[in-house]
Amino acid sequence: MKKRIVAGMLTALMAVSMVGCGGASSDTADSGNAGSDAGADAGTEEAAADGDVITVGFAQVGHESDWRTASTKSVQDAFSADKGYDLQFVDCDNDSAAQIEAVRQFIQDDVDYIVIDPIVSTGWDTVLTECEDAGIPVIVIDRTIDDSDKYVSWVGSEFMNEGLAAGTWLKDYAEAKGISDLNILVIEGSNGSSAQIGRTDGFKKIADAEGWTILDSQDGNFTQDGGQQVMESYCKSYEGQFNVVVCQNDNEAFGAMDAMTAAGVSYGVDKDVILISFDACKSGLEFVQSGDINADFMCYPLQGEYCADIVQKLEAGETVEKQTFMTEPWYVAEDILPSITYTNNAGEEVTEELVVVTDAASQASY
Amino acid sequence: MENFKKLTKKPLFLPIFCLILVLLINLIKSPDFFAIKISNGVLFGRVIDILNRGSEIAILAVGQTLVVAVSAGTDISVGSVMSLSACSCCMLLAGYGNTNVSALVMPIAVGMIAGVLMGGVCGAFNGALVSKLKIQPMVATLILFTAARAIGLLLCNNQITYIRVEEYKYLGNFIPGCPIPTPVFVAIAVILVVAIFLRKTALGLYIQSVGINSRAARISGINSDVICFICYVICGLCAGIAGIVASSRIYSADSNNIGLNYELDAILAVALGGNSLGGGKFNLAGSIIGAYTIQAITTTLLAMGVSTDVAPVFKAIIVIIIVVVQAPVFKAYMAARKAQKAHVKEAA
Repeated sequence: MKKRIVAGMLTALMAVSMVGCGGASSDTADSGNAGSDAGADAGTEEAAADGDVITVGFAQVGHESDWRTASTKSVQDAFSADKGYDLQFVDCDNDSAAQIEAVRQFIQDDVDYIVIDPIVSTGWDTVLTECEDAGIPVIVIDRTIDDSDKYVSWVGSEFMNEGLAAGTWLKDYAEAKGISDLNILVIEGSNGSSAQIGRTDGFKKIADAEGWTILDSQDGNFTQDGGQQVMESYCKSYEGQFNVVVCQNDNEAFGAMDAMTAAGVSYGVDKDVILISFDACKSGLEFVQSGDINADFMCYPLQGEYCADIVQKLEAGETVEKQTFMTEPWYVAEDILPSITYTNNAGEEVTEELVVVTDAASQASY
Repeated sequence: MENFKKLTKKPLFLPIFCLILVLLINLIKSPDFFAIKISNGVLFGRVIDILNRGSEIAILAVGQTLVVAVSAGTDISVGSVMSLSACSCCMLLAGYGNTNVSALVMPIAVGMIAGVLMGGVCGAFNGALVSKLKIQPMVATLILFTAARAIGLLLCNNQITYIRVEEYKYLGNFIPGCPIPTPVFVAIAVILVVAIFLRKTALGLYIQSVGINSRAARISGINSDVICFICYVICGLCAGIAGIVASSRIYSADSNNIGLNYELDAILAVALGGNSLGGGKFNLAGSIIGAYTIQAITTTLLAMGVSTDVAPVFKAIIVIIIVVVQAPVFKAYMAARKAQKAHVKEAA
């Protein structure tokens, strides 16, 4: 009897929770549909009026970080109603099945363009073929699709270039400051992530070419606690031997700063250790401004403008590049180097300016 | 020889032996592993790191040991509960929706106690499911394993909440003027309170009897359900305390990462301590040694600069060796071999 009651209660609980979840998602779906219906109506009306409202479906990964929120907002801003677009936005909440479903819904609704930030890199061929058959161009942003090439363009960051830029900046900076002997410690990001691979390889390329000593390179998992723990260990293993610390994201840098403070190592502008970080989130840039971090290489989240640009080109009947790497700002604490010149991953020699962080820059970041 | 044999028969012999073995590898590899000095006004050394960083797992292991003993099952929600209590604490201190504050809306103690109590509430929820509804512990705690972290995210408005107040860092770092990291004191306090509680009351005995046979315990007059419930609440409180310490270390509530995979370390600590995961008899000291052994392995791998892609493999190998050495089957095999050898010798 007891078991039955328990079983009954559990079933009820599950049912309730499902209704709860289902309710939430169907709500968004409904509002999404309602929005799209309204949008479509408005679209036809306006289209009748001036004939150029472009409908765009956007299947976003989710909302797991500030970076993602900034990315979502940039796409929403770029495809806003007053710019002549009708955007259908679906937050897939890191559920790849839901994302494919969302894309199919876009095909059903017969949108003009589809923008996808793919949660997973594989399993896309079928649904992209459906898009192609329906004649809807697909633009992929941020993450990549590996098992299909049935999209018109990809817009994102080249992590390799971020690493190369960091290396080049360090080379020029050391020269300007007259530091000849560089002993570097690296705190890597989560092993195997594209950001970790690109930033590690890019930086290492310059380090090898310049003959710098990379004392150690360990995994800090992209977290503050991870960065702190690795740095604590470094401070003991390489006490007094290092003068550069490279953290592959800002959170790791915050942890490393705490660990160095605790061990009595000074860091930042004109201190014992040159600190380099990536991502350039708001609090990261505040530390660059205060001179605690020497340079911060941004992972640019604003793909929106680039997408809108591609859509405009396609509308005009022009061809677009298969891959677009966004120009990413490099932030520094001191005004001693105006720009850096390096050979990027595509083999082109580029000169990019260095931005000295101001209040406006750090507030504008995500 | 007799004395040595007696020593090896002690329940704590193997856990301590394993810990010493891990440390010994360091002694051979780099003797300065054990160097401790005062730097920047605080103690500085690898051993201090092990004691400091191992605190959270040690605190969790205390609660986990009781849960394993009483219900022959594991509480897999402790890592998520850590995250939830950290988020509750930071949310209360910062005020809902603020992600980066340098002034608090309420005293630090209130926030921290609320965070720990949140852990207790989670423990009570798990305890009620296991003791009253008789749901298998792993299934019951699976609910909070998934939900607690998500609730924490909701409390913190999906963002990392920073408390940039110097006093908030004390618990996870150093109190000014004290050279020993605060988490060490917290761990000692938790261990002492629970150990004294178990010794001075009959609770320890009750937990063992319920774990060995809960029906027999009930017939002999012990309220098995209540004992089981109490153990889960203690486990939840421990997770709450560990969560606050972890949060204080990084003066923020990073709900996605605080306590991530800690439940596995806590269970492993219990197993490394020579406790049976089948419940019944338990040894608190063993679990705590197990917890510091895990941290010693992590610190060793960091110190040796083992490349990050292969570090988990080394960790796995060490854990496998430790577990196999302690396995009853292996012990029986070794004993049988010894007897056989002795027999052969006699025959010769």
